[in-house]
Amino acid sequence: MALGVLASLLATPVAQAEYHLNMTRSVTPLGHELYGLHMLVFWICVAIGVVVFGAMAWSIIHHRKSKGAEAANFHESTTVEIVWTIVPLLILIGIAIPATGTLLELEDAKTDADLTLEVTGIQWKWKYNYVDEDISFISSLAQSSRDVVKDPTGNEHYLREVDQPVVLPINKKIRFLFHSQDVIHAWWVPDLAVKQDSIPGYINDSWALIEKPGTYRGQCAELCGKDHGFMPIVVEAVTEADFEKWLASKKSEAAAAAASAEQEWSMQDLLAKGETVYQANCSACHQASGAGIPGAFPALTGSPVATGDPAEHINTVMNGRAGTAMAAFKSQLNDVDLAAVITYERNALGNSVGDTVQPSDIKNAR
Amino acid sequence: MYTETTHDDAHGAHEEHDHHGPAKGIMRWVTTTNHKDIGTLYLWLSFIMLLFGGSMAMVIRLELFQPGLQFVEPQFFNQMTTMHGLVMVFGAIMPAFVGLANWLVPMMIGAPDMALPRLNNWSFWILPFAFSMLASTMFMEGGAPAFGWTFYAPLSTTFAPDSTDFFIFAVHLMGISSVMGSINIIATILNMRAPGMTLMKMPLFVWTWLITAYLLIAVMPVLAGAVTMMLTDRHFGTSFFDAAGGGDPVMFQHVFWFFGHPEVYIMILPAFGIISAIVPTFARKPLFGYSSMVYATASIAILSFMVWAHHMFTVGMPVAGELYFMYATILISVPTGVKVFNWVSTMWKGSMTFETPMLFALGFIIMFTIGGFSGLMLGVAPVDTQYHDTYFVVAHFHYVLVTGALYSIIAAFYYWVPKWTGHMYNETLGKIHFWWSTIAVNVLFFPQHFLGLSGMPRRIPDYSLQFAEFNMISSIGGFAFGLAQVFFLYIVIKTIKGGKKATDRVWEGATGLEFEQLPSPPPYHSFTQAPPIR
Repeated sequence: MALGVLASLLATPVAQAEYHLNMTRSVTPLGHELYGLHMLVFWICVAIGVVVFGAMAWSIIHHRKSKGAEAANFHESTTVEIVWTIVPLLILIGIAIPATGTLLELEDAKTDADLTLEVTGIQWKWKYNYVDEDISFISSLAQSSRDVVKDPTGNEHYLREVDQPVVLPINKKIRFLFHSQDVIHAWWVPDLAVKQDSIPGYINDSWALIEKPGTYRGQCAELCGKDHGFMPIVVEAVTEADFEKWLASKKSEAAAAAASAEQEWSMQDLLAKGETVYQANCSACHQASGAGIPGAFPALTGSPVATGDPAEHINTVMNGRAGTAMAAFKSQLNDVDLAAVITYERNALGNSVGDTVQPSDIKNAR
Repeated sequence: MYTETTHDDAHGAHEEHDHHGPAKGIMRWVTTTNHKDIGTLYLWLSFIMLLFGGSMAMVIRLELFQPGLQFVEPQFFNQMTTMHGLVMVFGAIMPAFVGLANWLVPMMIGAPDMALPRLNNWSFWILPFAFSMLASTMFMEGGAPAFGWTFYAPLSTTFAPDSTDFFIFAVHLMGISSVMGSINIIATILNMRAPGMTLMKMPLFVWTWLITAYLLIAVMPVLAGAVTMMLTDRHFGTSFFDAAGGGDPVMFQHVFWFFGHPEVYIMILPAFGIISAIVPTFARKPLFGYSSMVYATASIAILSFMVWAHHMFTVGMPVAGELYFMYATILISVPTGVKVFNWVSTMWKGSMTFETPMLFALGFIIMFTIGGFSGLMLGVAPVDTQYHDTYFVVAHFHYVLVTGALYSIIAAFYYWVPKWTGHMYNETLGKIHFWWSTIAVNVLFFPQHFLGLSGMPRRIPDYSLQFAEFNMISSIGGFAFGLAQVFFLYIVIKTIKGGKKATDRVWEGATGLEFEQLPSPPPYHSFTQAPPIR
């Protein structure tokens, strides 16, 4: 039976995406250098391998007892020991020189940066802040991937698609600033040849100059807890003109959101909005049903906070719980989202307190 | 200290043996202070842990067999990767080497036993409790530790399950056991050598273990310090690693890798000693460059303390630090290369035969060197930013730990088991074991290089479709390799129970006191009188 399953799996390829053997050829000048350095060291290893394994193979074939080989008795030579210490040392110097140049370039994110993007790692999503533009948003795994975790066949970008991609202009030196709100994450997009840890209490930087437009995909590279594997990154690289258009549309979106926060929302609208926000931000720990995971994440269904005083509930969601995995959502979500998700938690997931929390309540609590 | 007894006293050995054999039943193993018994206990613990850690690897490969989450939840998957790493490093590889040291060091230097036999008993018997405690976390509410075997803060402090405290206690116990074992090995080697066994006459296995023991004593307390700081951060209001309280999560990594990098060499130096014993035997030619082997081992040990931050090229170190750690790291390939060149020169113009221990030793040399090549690539800091935390790293360290350390342990088993038990293993089964394992292990780990290079991070329970083919191939190799080690268990039991009688010399080309001066199997107490040293 196991063989049958295996055969059927091999016969119907689950993958549509193409596989690769070698390092991604990126679309940044630094990436080309890294690729060149990677191949240089690789070929040096191949050359050494040919010599060492060649000598071994020769010996194994010719110096075997079954062929009547008599053992020689030499077992020492200071000269050859010195030779095979010095020669590898020279090879290493040959590697170290170009590597030093590339490293110095890689570490220089500051000089002539045209645009700064602040990237914050949050369990398990990324927050992007365009520092000079007053635009910021959170990017998390797309629903189309979440829906098919049991059987992703056919979803070409499974686990590498997000709800809101980060948009960047081509031919500009982009400086990334990385930090984290909870545990250590690492922002990695192979096509941009950028991988940098985002660490609580630190601001790291890195840079990229993207040469051609396209969609570039990556994901978190440092184990950051349960959904580490579900924390993708999608970069849309566009021309400068398209980037300006995108900025303008983002700003008008933000203005519309700010206006809606001034209104009184109905219970129905809050619940509908709240469900989306809950699934994207809360369900990873508290589970889609609100049942939590015993011993790790508390249940919301029937919880004293979600069924008690709304002020305490608002405080917990906005400011988090120190010393626990409960994050502060104050800076991650806007007033409408917070009001909606708190209302949702109080009136869904098996709870029915009956009150609503309005965006204005959140504004007052800020 | 043995100069008063003369080795002309020919009847000494078997007399004692009559009224001083092992106790009967289970208490023999609980109360034993005999280096051979304790060596056996260590080796069995290591085998059990190999199968335990291996079964967790099977869960990992099963989940990664195809894209999508089919068998386990992400949180449980992370528990599996964490426990697999901890069990294999601390439970399988390290105790196996300590077991080999217990069996072999006294016999190789002409000593009657270890220097501190009661300490020896204690350092073993701590371990079953430590690993039971570690394993019990899987049944606790919130599950086992799920933060990787490197347990980076703050994932392992603020964000960890309650069972982490049991993990901390278990690590403390393992550290105490290792330090006691190391003290014992150093005391034995420095004080118990037979007259005439000068340091530069010692077999390389003894040399490599002497250096390894110093590494262990130096770094296990650092690990203990790291987990203690975790404990106080978790419960006693300190903020060593908590940025919000003024602490530093990156310092955790520095402390961890100051332990962790020498730890890597702790798991490979004794392997170098084993290969240096096996290759000359089957090439029927003395080891090439004995003294350069000793110096190379010492250089690797010293360098191992100065390269730790090459595990941290993406944490945002100052560029001067990155340059230094890059230079120091790639420098290690020089003494390591010297060792490989010496082994190849030992084979050159030898008269080779290819019994199972030699096959595993040759497999070691080739595949460990492949792991060394990927290690050199990883050492080049700018490119490491792309390799770091990917399956390329997973492939690298499995090549050096599985086809490196584990292969040397298996080679050592086949090489010395006829001496230990007096029974030859079945050569055909041994050869099947070698070829089965070697084909499977390459199907398992070689494609992981491709996965890492093309962008698959490590420690993920599910992946995007472009990684599907190689993950499936890797999983198939994994299942085959796992099964091969169950077959190995059969060979081990079969050999202990019986088999062709081994000669005292065992191998035509074998040298060393254990082969030249002792029968197979050796008496329960060997070398009660110091043997003559040529």
